Amino acid sequence: MIEILQIFLSESFWVASLRIATPLIFGVLGALLCERAGVLNLGIEGIFVVGAMTGWMTVWLGAPLWVGLIAAAAAGGMFGLLHAILTVPLGLSQHVSGLGITLFATSSASFIYRTALPDVSSPPRIQPFQPMDVPFLSDIPFLGPVVFQQTAMTWLALIMVVIVWWMMSRTPLGVAIRAVGDNPEAVNAQGLSVYGLRIGAVVAGSCLMALGGAFLTMSAFDAFFFGMVNGRGWISIALVIFASWKPGKALLGALLFGMFDALQVRLQTEAGAIIPSQVFLMAPYILSIIALVIVARRAEYPRALLHPWFKGQR
Amino acid sequence: MIRIEPRQNISYLATIYIPVISALAALALAIIPLTFAGAPVLPAFQQMFFGVFGSVFSFTEMLTRATPLMFTGLAVALAFRARLWNIGAEGQLYLGAMAAVWIGTGMVDGPQWLMIPLVLVTGAMAGALGMLGPALLKTRFGADEVVTSLLLNFIILIFVQMMLEGPLKDPMGLGWPQSMPIIDSAALPRLLDRMRIHAGLIIALVAAIIVAIILSRTVLGLKIRAVGENPSAARHAGINVNRTLLLVACGSGALAGLAGVSEVAGLKGYLTADLSPGFGYAGIVVAMLAGLSPVGVVISALYIATIFVGADSMSRAMGVSSFLADLVVSLSLICVLIGGFFTRFSVRFERKRQSDTQ
Repeated sequence: MIEILQIFLSESFWVASLRIATPLIFGVLGALLCERAGVLNLGIEGIFVVGAMTGWMTVWLGAPLWVGLIAAAAAGGMFGLLHAILTVPLGLSQHVSGLGITLFATSSASFIYRTALPDVSSPPRIQPFQPMDVPFLSDIPFLGPVVFQQTAMTWLALIMVVIVWWMMSRTPLGVAIRAVGDNPEAVNAQGLSVYGLRIGAVVAGSCLMALGGAFLTMSAFDAFFFGMVNGRGWISIALVIFASWKPGKALLGALLFGMFDALQVRLQTEAGAIIPSQVFLMAPYILSIIALVIVARRAEYPRALLHPWFKGQR
Repeated sequence: MIRIEPRQNISYLATIYIPVISALAALALAIIPLTFAGAPVLPAFQQMFFGVFGSVFSFTEMLTRATPLMFTGLAVALAFRARLWNIGAEGQLYLGAMAAVWIGTGMVDGPQWLMIPLVLVTGAMAGALGMLGPALLKTRFGADEVVTSLLLNFIILIFVQMMLEGPLKDPMGLGWPQSMPIIDSAALPRLLDRMRIHAGLIIALVAAIIVAIILSRTVLGLKIRAVGENPSAARHAGINVNRTLLLVACGSGALAGLAGVSEVAGLKGYLTADLSPGFGYAGIVVAMLAGLSPVGVVISALYIATIFVGADSMSRAMGVSSFLADLVVSLSLICVLIGGFFTRFSVRFERKRQSDTQ
């Protein structure tokens, strides 16, 4: 018990929690945007991979870090656009199209990586984002290291939470996006473009997802590995239901998840001798399923989620 | 302007030629990555073709590769028919394989006619349990089975690694995390001398026929299709939707489990954590290319296996990354999705009428 208390009081635990939460914040926000507009985007896992590979490769080719971020977001947006075209105007199965995008995006990224680097034993490294050093604020005991010594990407994630929240709840655009996910016919009657809103939301959401992937290669680590996304996309899809499609709760969900994950890593070092390490490795996935089951009955899905809408047809 | 209209009657022919055109289109699109990789396009396709049809051995290799794809393709097709989104075939495959090595490596021994069915049934049951979980979470708690079955893949794979470092580890394995070998009486017999092709293929073909008969000729099949097409109408017609879904989940999981048994007891002989290079996910492509038809699954599994084996041979010969195969497979799925749109809708280009412009 004392050990667990000590973990919660340590700075490094909270630093790690926020770091683990960062890609999920991007992922959940991205999934939230797509689903609020009525489109499930199961391409998320592949878009994470594309973001991770593109961001890393752009920097490895000599571009500055922020150019890498833009490249990652753009690449993710391209795959999002493909998913949007397949599911919105063509109205194809969002499940199957999304899985297709994941397979396509993952294999494209892997193929490009392997073609550029045919036989390297250890993946080449880049200089990733460094922890920030904000004058005064970083020196505040506890709060300083936890919040103000994270990398710029964690900050970007937190800013995106505010932007998405503000846009969804305070702007006409946000109202239109929510409406198009609930009742596209009414949006059409208002003279707004259902297709335009849905496609835009899916592309923007996919850009955010790709940033989540880019965080892995440009901030958490400094190289690209196959399989490094490791289900983070799927976990984001579970968390967005847990967060009932609200940006604030999405942040909370990602942070809670980050805390549990940071805790299991530390418990693993404490109890590693007794319990096999794999039990801890399973924990994040089991946790996501439990979170999903808890909220499933009460979840209020956007009413038009998964329902394609065609112009001129009821 | 463009007008999209649903077709009144979908031609039966279109359900055949659309997948074929999609598959060919995906192959044609492979020109782009091939050019990107700097490989000469025509010789590359030649190499892919002869890598499969160039010798009896390479052809049987393709059939061997198609076997697990038939099982996972059937698993996905059966589930998707009832709109049960089983994306967990990968995990269920490993559960089946694990059950096979648990019972088939010396725990019990007997004559072949007893051991082979025993291993098959145990593996199928393990796979069925793997999908029963997500299905129960769906029917009891309303938890989305897409996410739960996907996440279960990761949990099961880690569980396999744990078992291979623990109870299932071969003490004679020189420290490698692999299981003990399947005993001879439980191993699926080879079909040809000096070839790896094994009886799993026969079992897969029989399974395809059984699933086809169940779907088209039985009351259960009617219920499955009714639940898939319109659950609330099915409920009004007196069908127990949840029970049908649970049955489908068990059937689908069992088929995926058999893929694992067939790989372990027919091909590899023992279990490692890299048994499947994504057969579960490729099964989704196989099922969609087949238009969710069990007989179609057999054909599309052969096509996907041809891509994998052909691209493997091509990549060895020409130094192009073998991820090309995954790329073509995923493109096939996207092409057949778009093709499916054109079977259901007609797209007409119309000139704007005079009255619109005035």
